Amino acid sequence: MSDWPAVRLHVVSGKGGTGKTTVAAALALALASGGKRVLLMEVEGRQGIAQLFDTAPLPYEERLVAVAPDGGEVFALAVDTEAALLEYLEMFYNIKRAGSVLRKVGAIDFATTIAPGLRDVLLTGKAIEAVKRGERSGEPVYDAVVMDAPPTGRITRFLNVTGEVGGLAKVGPIRSQSDSVMGVIASKRTAVHLVTLLEEMPVQETLDGIEELKADKLPVGAVIVNMMRKPRLSSTELKDALAGTLDEANIRAGVQAASLPTRISADSVVTALTTEASEHAQRVDLEQAERKRLGATDQPIYELPEMNGGIDLGALYALARLLRQQGAA
Amino acid sequence: MATTEGTSKAKPRSASGPSAALPDSCPILDTDALIDDPGVNVIVCCGSGGVGKTTTAAALALRAAERGRKVCVLTIDPARRLAQSMGLTELDNTPRQVKGIQAKGEGSLDAMMLDMKRTFDEIVISSSEPERAQTILDNPFYQALSSSFAGTQEYMAMEKLGQLRQSAQESGRWDLIIVDTPPSRSALDFLDAPKRLGSFLDGRLMKILAAPAKGAGRFGAKVFSTSIGVVTGTLTKVIGAQVLQDLQTFVASFDALFGGFRERAEATYAQLQADDTRFIVVAAPERDALREASYFVERLAVEDMPLAGLVLNRVQPVILPELSPETAIAGADRLSEADEHHLTAGMLRLHADRVQNAQRQRRLAERFCAAHPKVPAASVAALAGDVHDLDGLREVAVGLANG
Repeated sequence: MSDWPAVRLHVVSGKGGTGKTTVAAALALALASGGKRVLLMEVEGRQGIAQLFDTAPLPYEERLVAVAPDGGEVFALAVDTEAALLEYLEMFYNIKRAGSVLRKVGAIDFATTIAPGLRDVLLTGKAIEAVKRGERSGEPVYDAVVMDAPPTGRITRFLNVTGEVGGLAKVGPIRSQSDSVMGVIASKRTAVHLVTLLEEMPVQETLDGIEELKADKLPVGAVIVNMMRKPRLSSTELKDALAGTLDEANIRAGVQAASLPTRISADSVVTALTTEASEHAQRVDLEQAERKRLGATDQPIYELPEMNGGIDLGALYALARLLRQQGAA
Repeated sequence: MATTEGTSKAKPRSASGPSAALPDSCPILDTDALIDDPGVNVIVCCGSGGVGKTTTAAALALRAAERGRKVCVLTIDPARRLAQSMGLTELDNTPRQVKGIQAKGEGSLDAMMLDMKRTFDEIVISSSEPERAQTILDNPFYQALSSSFAGTQEYMAMEKLGQLRQSAQESGRWDLIIVDTPPSRSALDFLDAPKRLGSFLDGRLMKILAAPAKGAGRFGAKVFSTSIGVVTGTLTKVIGAQVLQDLQTFVASFDALFGGFRERAEATYAQLQADDTRFIVVAAPERDALREASYFVERLAVEDMPLAGLVLNRVQPVILPELSPETAIAGADRLSEADEHHLTAGMLRLHADRVQNAQRQRRLAERFCAAHPKVPAASVAALAGDVHDLDGLREVAVGLANG
C-alpha cells in the first residue's frame, strides 16, 4: 500500500553525494511496477540517468529506458533548459523563430542561467506539463512523474517559483505561468522526498530542508536514508566492540572453528577482525545518533542498504523493490 | 604545464592501508612538499559536491600553518561543527585567527567563510558613491543576482580569492591561501560560472536592454536595432513590459558602475594560471566523483592551470588483505551452518564487506590512474567518525601526508 496514493509528481532531492539520482531512478521503477507508466526527469544537465541505465546520453525527448517488474515502463527525459525555453516560446507565443537572434545576443543564456526564477519556472513547468498531459481526455499519459531535482540546499527556492519570480514579476505572462506551476507543486499532488546518508552534514541539511519546505508550504514527502550499512553484529556485540570489551578468547575459538587457511595466522585474523569491529561500531554508533535526529521529523522514513557491488540495473530493481515494500510506491 | 614536478616523489606505496586504493603505477602526491614550497602561494581545492573538499582544504591549511606557513583558508560551506572547531561562529566575511594550533616558527592560521551576498555588496559599495550604491543594493534584480543566481557563488569565491591574494601581497599577513570551492554539482562550474556571469553582465544583451534607457542611437548599426526589436519584443511578451522596464533601469545603473565586468572576471580567471597557484582535485572513490575529477583534470590541462594532483578521500582501509572476501564468507558460512560463534561469523562477514568495498574502490581508482598516468595522487582513509575538531583535521592531514 503506497503512502502517496494522490501524488503524481515525486520530487527527489538530497545533498550531493547521497545518491539522489539513484534513488529517483529506483523510485520511478517502483512506481512503474504493476503496468504503470512513469516519466523520470533530470533537470541539471548532467546525464546522470543515462549513465545509471547505461544508455547513450539522452536527447531532449522522452525515451523508454527500463521496463518495470510485471510490466510498466519508465521513460526518461533530460530537460535541456534552452530547448525547454524555445518550446515554451513556441507553445505559448508562437515565436520559435526568434530563437537564433535571442541566442546571438545572449538572451537565451540570460533566461536559462541567470534570469531570476525563469529557469526554474521552465524546468518545473516542464514537469507539470508532463503531469497534466492527457488529463483533459481523462487518460493521463503518465501515472507519475519523478524528478531528479537540484540538491537540498537549493530545493525550496527551486520549487517556490512564485516566490522567486514574484519579487520581480507581479503581473504578466511569466507570473501566470508560475502561478499555474505552483498550483500543482504546492498541492497534495506533489511530494518532495529528501535523500540522505546517516552522516552529520546530510542529516543537518535534510532537517533544515524540511523546515524550509514547510515554511514555504511546500509538500514534504519522505526522508530516504540511502546506503545504510548492513548490520553484521548484534547490538550487544556492537556495544562491546565500542567499549573494547569483545571476548577475545571467544573470537579466537570462532576463528579456529571457521577453519580458515592455515597460511593466515589466527592471531592476525583476531587482531584484524577486532580492529574492524571497533571501527564499524564507532561508525554505527554515529549513524544511530543521526538516525535518531531524523526520527524527530514526522515524515515517513525509508531505508535503503549500501549496494556493495555498486549500482547497476540489478541493484536498481532491488532498491525499487525495497521502496515498494516500505510504502514509497 | 599541466602537472607540477617536485610534488611527487618516488616512494613505494604500502601494500595495505588506504594507499592500497591507488595502483603502484600512480605517482604519489606529496602534500607536505606542496605546502612547504615557498613558491606556492595559492592552493585551490576543487571537486564535485560531497567529496570532502572543505575538510581537505581545512586539513591542509592546518598542517601548513603548523609547519610554519602563514595560512589563510577560505571555506565556502563548512559543516557546522567543523566551522565551530575553527572558530568560525559568525559569518562576517573576514578572516579570523584560528585558536589552538601548534604552529612552528612564524606559522599562523586564519580562516573565513564566504558570504556571497556580502562580497557582492562590498564590490558595489567600494566602487561607487553611497547614493548610487544604495539604489543598486535596493534593486530587486540586484538582490536576486547577488543571492540566488547560479554562478554568483563561484564568481564571488574567485573575487574573494583575488582580494585575499592582494591583501596578502600588500600586508605580508599570509604566504599561503587555501581555497575551498562552492558545492556545485560539477567541479567545472567553478571555472565556467564566473566567465558566464561576467560575459553576461558585460554582454550584448545588457547593452540592448540598456539601449532604450540610454537612447538607442549609441549603437547605430541597423542589424543591432533589429535585434533590439526582436529581443525587447520577445521579452515584453514573456516577462511583461513592467519587468522589462525594471530590468532596463537596473542594467543602466549597473552597467555604468561596472563597465568592464568581463575584464574583471577574466583577470580573476587569469590569476588561476599564475605560477604560484596549484590545484588539488578532490574526489571520493565513487564513479560519479571520479568522472568529475577526470573532466576537471583534462580541463586544467587545456587551460594551462597547474595541477598538483588528486586527493582521494573516504577510501576504505584494508586490514589483512590476504584474508580474501571469499575465504572469509566461506568461514562465516561454516560457523553459521554449525549455528555457533555468531560473533566471529559476523566479524568475518564484516571483513568481507570491507575488502569487497575496497576492491570496488580500487577498480575505480585504477581506471582514473590509467586515464591520467601522470597525475600524482594521495588517498585518505575513511574515518570512523565525523571531523569536528582540530585533532580530527590533524588526523586527516597526517593521512594525506602519508599518501
